[in-house]
Amino acid sequence: MGAKVVTITSGKGGVGKTTTVANLGVALARLGQRVVLIDADIGLRNLDIVMGLENRIVYDLVDVVEGRCKIRQAMIKHKLFPELYLIPSAQTRDKTAVSPTDMIQLTDKLRPEFDFILIDSPAGIERGFRNAVAPSDEVLIVTNPEVSAVRDADRIIGLLEADNKGPAQLILNRAKIDLIRKGEMLSAEDVTDILAIRLIGIVPEDEHVIPSSNNGVPVTLNENSRAGMAFRNIARRLMGENVPFMPMEDDNNILRRIARLLSGG
Amino acid sequence: MAGFFDRMRGRSANKNSGNTAKERLQFILVHDRINLPPERMEMMKREILEVISKYVDVAGNQIDVALENRHRSSLLVAEVPVTKTNDDSEGQAESRLDAADADDA
Ligand SMILES: Nc1ncnc2c1ncn2[C@@H]1O[C@H](COP(=O)(O)OP(=O)(O)O)[C@@H](O)[C@H]1O
Ligand SMILES: [Mg+2]
Repeated sequence: MGAKVVTITSGKGGVGKTTTVANLGVALARLGQRVVLIDADIGLRNLDIVMGLENRIVYDLVDVVEGRCKIRQAMIKHKLFPELYLIPSAQTRDKTAVSPTDMIQLTDKLRPEFDFILIDSPAGIERGFRNAVAPSDEVLIVTNPEVSAVRDADRIIGLLEADNKGPAQLILNRAKIDLIRKGEMLSAEDVTDILAIRLIGIVPEDEHVIPSSNNGVPVTLNENSRAGMAFRNIARRLMGENVPFMPMEDDNNILRRIARLLSGG
Repeated sequence: MAGFFDRMRGRSANKNSGNTAKERLQFILVHDRINLPPERMEMMKREILEVISKYVDVAGNQIDVALENRHRSSLLVAEVPVTKTNDDSEGQAESRLDAADADDA
């Protein structure tokens, strides 16, 4: 059987693909899964930084594809999880250095030894996106609750449908509960309704995310982070577990909870 | 002044930016999905009106053509108010012939 290949993509840039791949990788590894992360954003390498592994790069994805090293030589083992690996992208090349067939061949070689292969897709709908989705068994589309991001997500869904890529699932990232409650932000229901796609997770906007990236320690390792919790839930859903969606309320705020109880809401 | 109060009223009538975002998205996506920008949609509307007017009288020379989404498939919905059927059946037959001629040419 072997690994399930999951591609994380979005159309629009900056919506949280790399953050998602890093956190799902760590969350799956914590659940005892054997995981490889592949940074397919050639020329704009940054998954290594979010993972805190940038100092250990010797070979990269393009070196593997062009036969300058064995796959194992390009796989960087994570400090905390012996079964979590990263294949970094090349910083100085462009997307044409890799083809969709290369990606399929690479993942086919990795499949027997792992449970999950997560691919961090570049933004856009061109070659880099094609490379990233070519080997995927499952596609997760990351979007933000904003008109432009949802529009781009819709474009991606259309392209995947045209390729018969099976139904993708949606991660709504950077949801702001206060704004949604006031009706000043698209809700998860609005977005899934418009896109006609299944939701696999809602990740709140969380001030812990940026310091985590600064430190190279994915936020899901922080037990106090709501975003971290959301990523852990998505990881369990990817493993087939039926995890209820967490209430979008700020449950950490005890005062607000009491106020809600008093007001009967 | 009136503008200000209108805006206030608009707000309270559930017209916050979340709803606006949803409506704008629905409009944008329905055109994106079938790759028909609003200008071409207007052209198509005028031509549909022309064709229909050859056979029946269209009330007020106005038709309502809209794109709708039903679970990721797109539907073109036209509403055409007709007043009375044109008695001048010969005239109609003629315009039908004209159309056929034009086709052959
Ligand atoms: N849930 C979140 N809360 C706060 N900041 C976030 C969240 N998700 C992503 N970010 C920030 O948004 C920026 C873009 O995220 P990134 O994962 O690099 O996006 P992409 O890979 O799609 O370009 C980064 O600065 C990241 O730290
Ligand atoms: Mg990225």
